[in-house]
Amino acid sequence: MSAVGMENAGRTQGYLTAHRAGLIGCSSCGRVQRPGPARCVRCGGPLAGRDPGSLQRVWAWLLAGMVVYIPANVYPMLLTSTLGRTTENTIVGGVIELFDHGSWGVALIVFVASVVIPIGKFIAIAYLALSVRSAVVIRGHGRQRLYEVVEFIGRWSMIDVFVVAILAALVQLQFVATINPGIAAVSFALSVAFTMLSAQSFDPKSIWDAYEADDT
Amino acid sequence: MAEALPAADGTDGGGELAGLVACPTCDVLHRLSEVPPGATARCRRCGTVLLAPRDSALTRIVMLAGTALVLMVAAVFFPFLELQVAGLSRRSSLFDAVMAFSSGLMLPLSFAVAALIILLPLFRFAALIYALGPMAIGWRPAPRAETAFRLAELTKPWAMAEIFIVGVAVALVKVAGLAKVTLGPAFWALVALVIVTVLKDNFMCRLSVWKTLEERRAT
Ligand SMILES: [Zn+2]
Ligand SMILES: [Zn+2]
Repeated sequence: MSAVGMENAGRTQGYLTAHRAGLIGCSSCGRVQRPGPARCVRCGGPLAGRDPGSLQRVWAWLLAGMVVYIPANVYPMLLTSTLGRTTENTIVGGVIELFDHGSWGVALIVFVASVVIPIGKFIAIAYLALSVRSAVVIRGHGRQRLYEVVEFIGRWSMIDVFVVAILAALVQLQFVATINPGIAAVSFALSVAFTMLSAQSFDPKSIWDAYEADDT
Repeated sequence: MAEALPAADGTDGGGELAGLVACPTCDVLHRLSEVPPGATARCRRCGTVLLAPRDSALTRIVMLAGTALVLMVAAVFFPFLELQVAGLSRRSSLFDAVMAFSSGLMLPLSFAVAALIILLPLFRFAALIYALGPMAIGWRPAPRAETAFRLAELTKPWAMAEIFIVGVAVALVKVAGLAKVTLGPAFWALVALVIVTVLKDNFMCRLSVWKTLEERRAT
């Protein structure tokens, strides 16, 4: 046991989990019950004690999300035609254009939502999943906070898809100007959805299990 | 407020278990004494809010969900944005924005956007009213109220009306150089809906709702 482990042992003592008491705590309603039934007596949600398939689903969705994020950046997100001339814009291209127009604030919002958050989320989920598997005990509170941030902020990446939808619906003025969605909108939306599913498959209790493993 | 349990407990009778709460995030057992309205009980280890009962929370949640439902209907049927450029003008509704991807390969994306900004929020409000409405006026919970509430909680991350509003703001900046855009009543209805939703989530304490549902169902 490492020095970190000793320190953690001191900190976690006195916390009895439902799991250790031989019981199951429902993750959606908190009801404590005896193991056996597959569904919670209070809310009817699935009761899985410790779900061994959870990590595998996290990795599967995460990989799917990363794979479709590549075409999302390569192919155009927006097809703009003004007076017969068509221009194509990728995600990053759209950000650069906003920046050139002097709309720095909005350029920053789009850049954060479409680039920083997705990539940050890939790294954060991979880190959380790895730290559970290798039982590297890093402070539970830090990882708990990271998980909460990932869950809260991930949905906001959808902004750019909505922007494309609104622009395409609004700017349909035959010859003068038309905006049409590009194929990247689909792969980007899928990437956001897949990473959300990945984060949801992650069982936050496993963060604390790894934390606890040292003092048993 | 929340006391972590001594190791010897937790193995007694079935009724005894109903008085315990396992933290949904980190699984630590707590025996919660009655939490007064307005107070907040947090998990001793990870700080997750366990119980935060508010005065007449059920009634307020149901009323706010009802308001949100009406606002969403208004947002769908009133004009959303109007674009004017070189004498041409185009009015689009929320429904047009949803159907923007309806050509060919992108049709599934149209359905997804419709679900995220209109259908799922509508479903959540209706499910909340169904699950909590009867209890708010002192009746027994409706049949399958548990399922309705569980689905409403499950779909929460996927209801994205507030993200859509930010998307509208960004889109407005993008077309600002190209054309003049006027905001229609539907836009303001959607803004109001976002505010109402935030207020509603503020009153909503998931574990208190589950406790109340179980207690009322038993009597
Ligand atoms: Zn439950
Ligand atoms: Zn906890």
